[in-house]
Amino acid sequence: MLKVRVQEDDFDTTTEVAALTHGRTDIGAVATFTGLCRGEGETLSALELEHYPGMAAKQIETAAKAAMERWPIDGMTIIHRHGRIEPGEQIVLVIAASRHRDAAFDGARYVMDFLKTDAPFWKKERRVDGTDAGWVEAKEADDKARERWSNAP
Amino acid sequence: MADAPIERKLLYFAWIRERVGIEQEYVALPGSVSTVSDLLDWLKGRGEEFAHAFEFSNVIRVALDQDHADHDDLIGDAREIAIFPPMTGG
Repeated sequence: MLKVRVQEDDFDTTTEVAALTHGRTDIGAVATFTGLCRGEGETLSALELEHYPGMAAKQIETAAKAAMERWPIDGMTIIHRHGRIEPGEQIVLVIAASRHRDAAFDGARYVMDFLKTDAPFWKKERRVDGTDAGWVEAKEADDKARERWSNAP
Repeated sequence: MADAPIERKLLYFAWIRERVGIEQEYVALPGSVSTVSDLLDWLKGRGEEFAHAFEFSNVIRVALDQDHADHDDLIGDAREIAIFPPMTGG
């Protein structure tokens, strides 16, 4: 069972875990990962998450299916938000359910690692005074051209 | 008689969208454009905004019909071509 949602609204982890495990007696482990918007001192007022509708859900599904083939995972729910998200708010949820904990932990981590590099979302930072603080730089950016692009005003 | 050129939908995201000044457009690519790399070179020559957006085209990512592509991949008959910077989701 795989559920992927890309949405503007917030989500409730407890509700999503309950929906995934409801009526199941074969699941022995549920791993959840929640990504939050981190404040940068007092300067960041919000992130604005842009996404590519269609491809975003498709790429997440591809990652989840790969995880479900690789490990004995019985169910996954992945929710990624877009739009304006303030410090402390939730951005992403990955739930992996399995008979045993190793597959649940590994599956959730695999999907998150994939999401970071292959799911088409881009974060822009907004300062407290409302001004544009630029696009968040991709962490794998290690060549000078990329750094120069990302640091450009 | 040659086939009519395919009309492609180009989509731009994040700072590339900001630099070119449009979110999407429909174009017929010239016959000289066969790979993703050719496409990026062609886009770079479409005026000041495009030259600025595609100045460091080696970092730019391209998806063909919503699948990630490498710069040496052939564009083929893809109808939806998305152009964007490295992703920062999660």
